Amino acid sequence: MDKFFKFYKKYGIFVVLVVLFAFFSIAAEGFLNTPSLMNILRQSVVYGVMVVGVTIVMISGGTDLSVGGQVACNGLLIAYMLTHGVPIPVAILIGIVSGMAFGVLTGTLIASLKVAPLVVTLCFMLILNGIAVVVSGGYPIYDMPKSFLFIGQGNIGSVFPFSVLILALAVLIGWFILHKTYFGRQIYALGGNQGAARLAGINVFKVRVFTYMISGGFIALGCIMLLARTNSATPTAGATYPFDCMTACVLGGVSWGGGSGNIITTMLGVVIIAMIGVGLLLMGFDSNFQQIIKGLILLMALSIDAIQRNKAEKA
Amino acid sequence: MNSEIILSTRHLCKYYPGVKAMDDLSIDFHQGEVHAIVGENGAGKSTMIKMIAGAAEPTSGTILIDGQEYTKLTPAQAKEKGIEVIYQEFNLIGGMSCAENVFLNQNTSGGKPIVNFKERARRAKEIFDRLGVDIDPNRPVNTYTPGYMQIVEIAKAISKNIRILIMDEPTAPLTVSEVELMFRIVEDLKAQGITIIYVSHRLEEIFRIADRVSVFRDGHYICTNDIGNITRKELINLMVGRELTESYPPRTVTPGEEVLRIEHLTGNGVEDISFSVQKGEILGFAGLVGAGRTELMNVIYGEAKAKSGKIFIHGKEVHNSSPTAAIRHGIGLIPEDRKNLGVFLNFSINWNTVIMSLKDVCTYGIVSRKKESAAAEKYRKRFAIKAPSGENLVKSLSGGNQQKVVLAKTLAANTEILIFDEPTRGIDVGAKQEIYKLMNELVEEGHTILMVSSDMPELLGMADRVLVICEGKQTGIVERQAFDQAHILELASGEQ
Repeated sequence: MDKFFKFYKKYGIFVVLVVLFAFFSIAAEGFLNTPSLMNILRQSVVYGVMVVGVTIVMISGGTDLSVGGQVACNGLLIAYMLTHGVPIPVAILIGIVSGMAFGVLTGTLIASLKVAPLVVTLCFMLILNGIAVVVSGGYPIYDMPKSFLFIGQGNIGSVFPFSVLILALAVLIGWFILHKTYFGRQIYALGGNQGAARLAGINVFKVRVFTYMISGGFIALGCIMLLARTNSATPTAGATYPFDCMTACVLGGVSWGGGSGNIITTMLGVVIIAMIGVGLLLMGFDSNFQQIIKGLILLMALSIDAIQRNKAEKA
Repeated sequence: MNSEIILSTRHLCKYYPGVKAMDDLSIDFHQGEVHAIVGENGAGKSTMIKMIAGAAEPTSGTILIDGQEYTKLTPAQAKEKGIEVIYQEFNLIGGMSCAENVFLNQNTSGGKPIVNFKERARRAKEIFDRLGVDIDPNRPVNTYTPGYMQIVEIAKAISKNIRILIMDEPTAPLTVSEVELMFRIVEDLKAQGITIIYVSHRLEEIFRIADRVSVFRDGHYICTNDIGNITRKELINLMVGRELTESYPPRTVTPGEEVLRIEHLTGNGVEDISFSVQKGEILGFAGLVGAGRTELMNVIYGEAKAKSGKIFIHGKEVHNSSPTAAIRHGIGLIPEDRKNLGVFLNFSINWNTVIMSLKDVCTYGIVSRKKESAAAEKYRKRFAIKAPSGENLVKSLSGGNQQKVVLAKTLAANTEILIFDEPTRGIDVGAKQEIYKLMNELVEEGHTILMVSSDMPELLGMADRVLVICEGKQTGIVERQAFDQAHILELASGEQ
């Protein structure tokens, strides 16, 4: 049993990736061809950018259930600006800044009220999802300017998706923050042991607010890429996003409660989630069925993480 | 006393890794006696209670109840035998009524699933009446004072078929009149033939209500006496007992100018504390568990708020509103709860060493691994931290080496005043010596140390002066020439 956990910790994510890939290659007709694989890639890109943010939050010991609500609201905001003549760079900038501002609000509430992040972001999930539907009247906004769509659909050369470049950049920034900077150390310290972090003189409040701010920025960026890929902002978009992001993180080795994990393996978690979505769809299962499978996977990943932690505490 | 023996232990031992919490305990408790247990912090009193109540499993030995032998008890078995414990902390559910607390997790409807609240309130009222107290069974328990909450605890215990009641420091949170009320209740219970095992630091109480008294010391049972056959002086000597057997390294440093001065500091459970410490001095803090020493250190370190009072460092007043501020003013804390507050277990030695001084190993906000390992390596060599490399995780280290990592990270932040809270708890003897040596080196280098310790010989061996705290109040400062364990213990238990 011990051996299993050690093995899982080191190679688990790769094994899951390979096994699922092999499974869908055999079971899902049309999985092993360029359009499907490109589809996985494009989906991974949008999730990936958001997961960079969620990873940072989760390593610091936080969670974010409001990812979907942020995507819906921010998507509508940016789409509204773009369809009403706001220049593309300005709309993008405002979108990202408002995402970051929202992160500051969330982080401030969590840090000052000392309430579990799960609870605060649960409230925001309800609030934002509601706002999105109320404000839009339930109707999507579509028809973005053509040049904007390049962000989500364009290729460099004729094959390399531009969005992959953005993801690569986002991952690089996330990796740099977490593993190279002073601030990254404080994020791990906060997630690893909040009490010790406070006594070590780390400004817990500031770190908490900053992690949510950075995360809000990445979620907004992901939202822009989604908008550019689908060419429409739907008020009900993103209902499953928070859970998909969380699953990617936990599969990728971020411990529930924080303190460990890294951005590279969470990206593999993202690919797994995207692959399940595409694979199951090809097999003829609808999104409801996908939810069951994704829920089971999150449960499994959390259980393995929890069992490991309980073991470590006993020892 | 000729009455029947109701509970006894034979050669009962409880070992934790590296610590003998209780060694070879053989003791008898008679029916209907008030049997007091006394001893210093760490004497093994709580360990005994836990084993009798089924909360801890003995390493070896037996417990005899009504002549029946057990090698271990489960909490359910202990309850079935009529053993109830009232712990130091209340085990009440604040918002629930007194009656519901009394019958917590008891089915009073003869096994039926429906609760008859009126019936429960009536029966709770009966118990309160029997105890002679006016408590409204329907009122939430947290609207009463601690004294009455304690009585609800007692009512909870005697609502069951109880024969042995263990009370751990029952009077600690009570006012004088509440204590009187509780004594009366104890007398009543005794008259009903209930055995009371009474653990207390307050010797005065013991002479007042106990029939017999047993002394524990350092995990050993010392003796049992009828209360009439022993004086307070003799009892204190039995509790202190040991001589300074461990050796403490000598140090040659003459304290210099004043570094830290505290004036009338109040808040976080401490009241009106004033002292001054000089450069190169170790000021010890003595007191019983819960006297407020750690709480005082938390106020000085900015972890808890002061209501009033002033802190001066090098003659300048400072406001330590957070640990961050305290560290900036040169104060470092080596906390008592090393694993939860001192180190980050899942991270490496290097990582831990620089976490408080990240600015020093960064260029433009980017951590330089080279500077990091150089800084950490310096301390690893100096403190002889036993690990193959600085990249080893702290959780793989022994307690003593973990403590050195805490010290390294605190010193790396350029701290001048070091607060050591129970610096050698859970550390083996050899490593203790190393920590003492390090403390001496630090003061010789010009650091100033505040040392909280419940290990009296250690405190007297290391400190230049000892400040004694009792129930949050300062009861004296003893100079090294006047060090005397019995005297300090008296001050700590408020006997003078």
